[in-house]
Amino acid sequence: MLNVLISAIILFSFVTAWCGGRMEQMCTRLLASPQKAVELTVAIGCSICFWSGIMETAQRAGILKTLSNFFAPLISVLFPKLKKDSAGAQAVCTNLAANLLGLGAASAPAGIRAVQEFQKDTPDKTIASDSSILMILLNTASLQLIPTTAAALRLQAGSAAPMEILPAVWMASALSIFTGVTAAKLVSLFYKNSPLERQTLRPNQQRRKTV
Amino acid sequence: MSFLSNLVIPLVLCAIFGVALVQKVDILSAFSHGVLEGLKIVLDMFPALMLLTVAIGMFESSGALELLSRALSAPAVALGLPAELLPLTLLRPLSGSGALVVFENTLSQYGPDSLLGRIASVMMGSTETTFYTIALYCSAAGIKKSRYAAPASLCADLMGFCASVMAVRILLP
Repeated sequence: MLNVLISAIILFSFVTAWCGGRMEQMCTRLLASPQKAVELTVAIGCSICFWSGIMETAQRAGILKTLSNFFAPLISVLFPKLKKDSAGAQAVCTNLAANLLGLGAASAPAGIRAVQEFQKDTPDKTIASDSSILMILLNTASLQLIPTTAAALRLQAGSAAPMEILPAVWMASALSIFTGVTAAKLVSLFYKNSPLERQTLRPNQQRRKTV
Repeated sequence: MSFLSNLVIPLVLCAIFGVALVQKVDILSAFSHGVLEGLKIVLDMFPALMLLTVAIGMFESSGALELLSRALSAPAVALGLPAELLPLTLLRPLSGSGALVVFENTLSQYGPDSLLGRIASVMMGSTETTFYTIALYCSAAGIKKSRYAAPASLCADLMGFCASVMAVRILLP
């Protein structure tokens, strides 16, 4: 999916730039982008490292276990197969808590660890399991209670009431998350053992042999 | 507001270190172990991130974003999305910093308390950088086949955008 999307974006951009005579701008940007990627990786990489360290400390102090008890009812609805107090469940809880508090930097390492734990239980680790997809979905939707960035920019732009958007943000987030989870749960019912999945396995295996 | 959000992170840190101290955890070794694990995640995700950054840079600078916004304005208006906010909705799932720039322009052009400004604010607050998140999680966890993750997430995003318009019309008349 991502392979096709990235190729499509690049090809479409090339054709547009050719027709619109913006090849020069695009080329400049293209050459500058890899360095941007390094800057971005360093920026988020540092916070991922830092918060992974904090998370490990919190886990050894038993905080994550307490947290997972708190979120247990929600987790049993979203991830019915997940065992309570398992490493996966603790990572999911940390991720949810960090998301709600708006600690975006802290949520990513916890979420990634949760997905890694989910993938351990699958026969082919390169294919996302239903739980992993649900976890990714929860992170692509915004769980943040207070949209600090949007509010800060509104304040900067001279808004009379930067936080007046809160109820609307909650309503939109809730609807969006509900739609996403429903879609994922519905698709997972139909996707089970689909022939498509088996077909896509083969090229991957062949590639591994030739390498 | 900013005081409260400035308070949360230091408070979380103090709470964690306080409890760890009481529980007699070897804080330094736990922290180092976690950081090294984080470093592995960063190395795993770097290649995908680089490709995505290049692709999005091309998408923005080639004028493809504007072209696509213009082409999609008719179906968007049918869904209730204002055509002026299409660049924001198209860029939002792809690039966080790119969407922030477009959002800032929208606020200064239409005013933060106008209908469009409010809708844009709610859109920014209720959605995330979908493709970046999918690429990050999949590359960090070694997933090659993300199956229906992207369609399901985009479904949630589309609902988020439409719901933003609806929520502003209902709650902020």
